[in-house]
Amino acid sequence: MSPTIEPGMVIDGFRVLERLHAGGQGVIYRVAPPPGRPDLDVPLLMKVPRLGPGEPSETVVTYEVEQTVHAALSGPHVPRFVAAGDLARRPYVVMEEILGRSLRAWTDEAPLAPEEVARLGAAVATALQAIHVQEVVHLDVKPSNVIIRPDGRAVLVDFGLARHAHYPDLLAEEFRHPMGSAPYISPEQVLGVRWDPRSDVFALGALLYQLATGHYPHGSPTTPGGLRRRLWHMPMSPRRLQPGIPEWLQEVILRCLEPQAANRYASAAQVAADLAHPDQVTVGERGRRLRRPGVGTLLKRWIMATGYEPSPLERPSQQLVGASIVVAAVATAHRNEQRFQVLRDVVKRLMAMDPDRRLSCVTVIRPSSDLAGGTEEEAGTSQRIKHLVLLRNWAEPLGLPAERLSFHVIESGDPAAALLEFAKVNPVDHIVIGAPPADVPLKGAFVSTRVAAEAPCSVTVVRPRAG
Amino acid sequence: MKLALLADLHANLEGATACLEHAREQGAEAFAFLGDLVGYGADPEAVLDLVAAEAAAGAVVVRGNHDAAVLAAGADTMNRAAEAALDWTRARLSERHRAFLAGLPLEARQGEVHFVHASADRPADWTYVCDPLRAEQSLVAAGATWVFSGHVHEPMLYYLGSTPRPLGFKPVPGVAIPVPAHRRWLAIVGSAGQPRDGNTAACYALLDRARSTLTFHRVPYDWARAAAKIRAAGLPESLARRLERGE
Repeated sequence: MSPTIEPGMVIDGFRVLERLHAGGQGVIYRVAPPPGRPDLDVPLLMKVPRLGPGEPSETVVTYEVEQTVHAALSGPHVPRFVAAGDLARRPYVVMEEILGRSLRAWTDEAPLAPEEVARLGAAVATALQAIHVQEVVHLDVKPSNVIIRPDGRAVLVDFGLARHAHYPDLLAEEFRHPMGSAPYISPEQVLGVRWDPRSDVFALGALLYQLATGHYPHGSPTTPGGLRRRLWHMPMSPRRLQPGIPEWLQEVILRCLEPQAANRYASAAQVAADLAHPDQVTVGERGRRLRRPGVGTLLKRWIMATGYEPSPLERPSQQLVGASIVVAAVATAHRNEQRFQVLRDVVKRLMAMDPDRRLSCVTVIRPSSDLAGGTEEEAGTSQRIKHLVLLRNWAEPLGLPAERLSFHVIESGDPAAALLEFAKVNPVDHIVIGAPPADVPLKGAFVSTRVAAEAPCSVTVVRPRAG
Repeated sequence: MKLALLADLHANLEGATACLEHAREQGAEAFAFLGDLVGYGADPEAVLDLVAAEAAAGAVVVRGNHDAAVLAAGADTMNRAAEAALDWTRARLSERHRAFLAGLPLEARQGEVHFVHASADRPADWTYVCDPLRAEQSLVAAGATWVFSGHVHEPMLYYLGSTPRPLGFKPVPGVAIPVPAHRRWLAIVGSAGQPRDGNTAACYALLDRARSTLTFHRVPYDWARAAAKIRAAGLPESLARRLERGE
């Protein structure tokens, strides 16, 4: 066993500054980077697992998993991974210290206002989507594993129970008891399923429930039987606990908490999109219900749960491809039925490829202050309604159900910037946009050109066949 | 040090050459050939010359069931196409090639790394290591940290956690998988000469011994040429089609 770590010690070049935290699984130190590493310009933490005689074998494995999975992740929603020590010699992980507040600061204050719940939830959903597209399922989403940066973005930490589809799962069948935190663990995790990104969507639902009501949806059971209950049991309606919760928010929360993964949101990105646009949430029975489902429904669910068989999936991204968000940029201010039709044809084919795919129809109009006549506000509202009607009319021939569709009229003097911002905020996967008409000069300055060049996702530029 | 592992070359010169070239680009300095150098394909002499040259330069080479069968006429334990290819191969090989095959061991060992064509548990029985139980038997018999095999043509990585039975993992091509020494690993590297998982690209794996990582690679090669040679040689049509479809 390696000697105890004290401030002042230098480990593989990292100088130990102070001990920050000693927990059940390990100790966390603040460290300084090795000399000659100007690239390490962020505060650094060293996490040292408690290994050795007397410690459970799980600690060793979760350390290995954390090291492998964290090293493979990047982006603003995970702490930057810096280095890992050799397991046999001196195990540790060095990573960026995230300056922010643990989500526990908010759950401790719950119940929170619906807008606050939606803001935090959307931030966590966006972070989850960011790791899911990197083929990782977190599997231990809970308040203490989420840090909210000062700018509002969420960062996920602790990948000790995570699963990366590119690496052998060291935790598969390793420990017979379900792994994770009782209040947040998904029904399929209770059964040992460790590949489904929708497990994180369930945990997100539990977080939202807690933030909105101050309660856990399924309590904090300590027995296997207690954990299994969530395979068929639905939690108490949040609006019964907190009448101020709007129907749309309850709809989102309970949809995340559906026992069958297939009945939940197909991706975290879709949760983020709904939380960011409450007016676009299709409220159904879930959102309105004040009682739990009746005995008949429960019995049906219980029977389904006994035959619970998750479908096999090789990679999280397989699930996500089907669950993507498509944006149709419809230039309602420049109506041209031929061009509208071409756009619709392409969108129709994209939407037909998967039933979980969702479509956001977006148009950008000039800000109302630019318009003459009446009071500004009235003029703005009537303009927005006019374009909303045009958007709906454009989408009608697609024949998509309401829950797969949303409509957004954005006011901006810079349509390209507005579309790019929309694509960034709402984890959009694909933008379909019309090319500028052939007879217009200065093509380089056009919206579609800039969107195609700068979008964070795929862009299809469509135009009617010339000649 | 990077070690390239190739199995089931099956007289496919195009497949073997493409894998070796790719491995050298990736920095491979050592090579291991995990048996079945011949059989099925139309270039047994060229493939044997290639492997013999690598062996002379220090490469590990072990014997596969097709290599054994080509030396011993009359042991008809294979399907008709395989038998036809073996008869054809047998008639072509020179004394030099036969001697090279005859000199191959069933297993080889370098420290904690074990090489065997099929299972290390009674290697001459040519057991297909196609499930965790057989992987466990091979790992136990080998008594090594890393076991590398072929015989089964689809790439697969078996690994030991804390339970006695290994778990299987279907590798993603091009990903460096950590294979640290405190666990035990059995890798089926896939076939360089006759892939069978629906992907025509040839398989091999690269072990980075300094970093303890294993990367399974898929290398697209000129299978049209290899298939044309099989047809020109009058070998069974099914063997050419297999290369075209990768199954």
